[in-house]
Amino acid sequence: MLTFRGVEAKLPTLIYTGAEAEIYIQEWFGEIVIRKQRVPKSYRAPMLDSNIRHMRTSHEATMLREVRKLGVAVPTVQHIDQESTSLIMDFINGRTLKEELHLISKSERRTRCRALGEILAAMHLGGVVHGDVTLSNVISQNGKLFLIDFGLGNFSKEVEARGVDLLLLNRSMRSTHYMYHAELFRSFVEGYRHVFGRKSREVFEKMGEVERRGRYFERG
Amino acid sequence: MYYLGIESTAHTFGASVVDEVGKIYSNAQDVYKSVAGSGIHPREAAEHHSEVAASVLREALRDAHVSAKELSGIAVALGPGLGPCLRVGATVARSLSSYLAIPLIPVNHAIGHIEIGILTTGAIDPLVVLVSGGHTAIAAFSGGRWRIFGETEDITIGNLFDMFAREINLPSPAGQQIEKLTQNASKFIPLPYVVKGNDVSYSGLLTASLAKLRSGERLEDVCYSMQEVSCSMLAEAVERSLAYTGKKEILLTGGVAANKSLKDKLEKVAAIHTAVCHTVTSPYTGDNGAQIAWTGVLSQRAGVIAQVEDSQVRPRWRLEDVDIPWRRG
Repeated sequence: MLTFRGVEAKLPTLIYTGAEAEIYIQEWFGEIVIRKQRVPKSYRAPMLDSNIRHMRTSHEATMLREVRKLGVAVPTVQHIDQESTSLIMDFINGRTLKEELHLISKSERRTRCRALGEILAAMHLGGVVHGDVTLSNVISQNGKLFLIDFGLGNFSKEVEARGVDLLLLNRSMRSTHYMYHAELFRSFVEGYRHVFGRKSREVFEKMGEVERRGRYFERG
Repeated sequence: MYYLGIESTAHTFGASVVDEVGKIYSNAQDVYKSVAGSGIHPREAAEHHSEVAASVLREALRDAHVSAKELSGIAVALGPGLGPCLRVGATVARSLSSYLAIPLIPVNHAIGHIEIGILTTGAIDPLVVLVSGGHTAIAAFSGGRWRIFGETEDITIGNLFDMFAREINLPSPAGQQIEKLTQNASKFIPLPYVVKGNDVSYSGLLTASLAKLRSGERLEDVCYSMQEVSCSMLAEAVERSLAYTGKKEILLTGGVAANKSLKDKLEKVAAIHTAVCHTVTSPYTGDNGAQIAWTGVLSQRAGVIAQVEDSQVRPRWRLEDVDIPWRRG
């Protein structure tokens, strides 16, 4: 038994159904772990679907290992089960930043977003992009931030890929925390710039460019 | 109370009469056809619109059995779209509004696709999937505006089909032609599948599809694989947005909503998340006057009216920049 969000949970228990995976808490050799299982999608052709699930499962494990080397807090992968396209990982008992930002004070919000900026900058400088940066993919354990969900991550030092990461985060903030979105993003920018340095300007410029490009496409 | 809506953002010049409760009395249109192998030429499309404007307007009033004097307002799509095309609709609407001395109501074309979808399908609080030549966007309503949750980072899904078709000289509408060809496909060819967060990117898929064709793959197989990959990518982005927002309805609207494969995939996505998928049907998938007229009704009711002098066209008017005072949430 385990207390999760104030409730005694029987194991294994499905705690989240995401877009591509089901997340379970379970026991594994006496330890409480997370199992992230990529489930088949009926809307994709079977061959395409199976390719995507297998590739992303092993890819995510690789990304998590490499990101950890850069000093970014992520769950440790304990086991890869390609049969069921699952990853067994450490359980981080916290809450998503999406939830937490609604619950904490203004100065705490600022601290969290600044810290997130520092983390993303360190990761980018290390040559990794996340590919799906949203406030749901950051878990705060009493203020310590963990990045999760690296299935769309990549090794890249391209300004464009970095800009896309920032764009995704900015949009995530704007869509669910629009009441104080500007303040959140400003703190994020501070943290990012602090670690990344002067060249961060290029990344923010690229972010704007990518956003404008997709907005309304003029048919030629 | 009758309202006239005028649409001229891209290749369609449309006019429609609706009333204050959303009954659609007419939906007339005339579509500019580009020659096979080439896209819309903005100036030529605008010339087309000028030529057909009078007859389309007459037809809209005649079908509705309404005379111009009975109109209570003129709604016009001021953007987003092609400047020269937009100016035709705006000019017509301004003249009618001042001649008849009735309000001129500015409408955002993309919001029109959303509102006609909600009106005709009965959706209440959907995650909107707007797919057309001009848009590939995933949006949900919150805090007085439609917020973008995902979109294309380069070309739209409509563009992907159009540009592919143009390269191989397929006649328009491209989507239908491509869909027809997929029926005779015999195999799936792996092509680049690019999803970034809730976003998609189609430019690499376009290049790779054309390259496969040149390398000798059958056209039917390339069409099938390109459609399968592009629609699956969007379905995945929609599924991600659905999981993120927790919405229980999907609204598929815009010209590409007519694509059966996309509709089928989004219905499957909805089923996985115990949600419902509403899909707009013809004639309200492609650009139409009714979407503008009805959004005009909603806007005017909420007090959105333009003075003639500030009714200039807005070719890059973003849907998330439009205040929606008539909707709660």
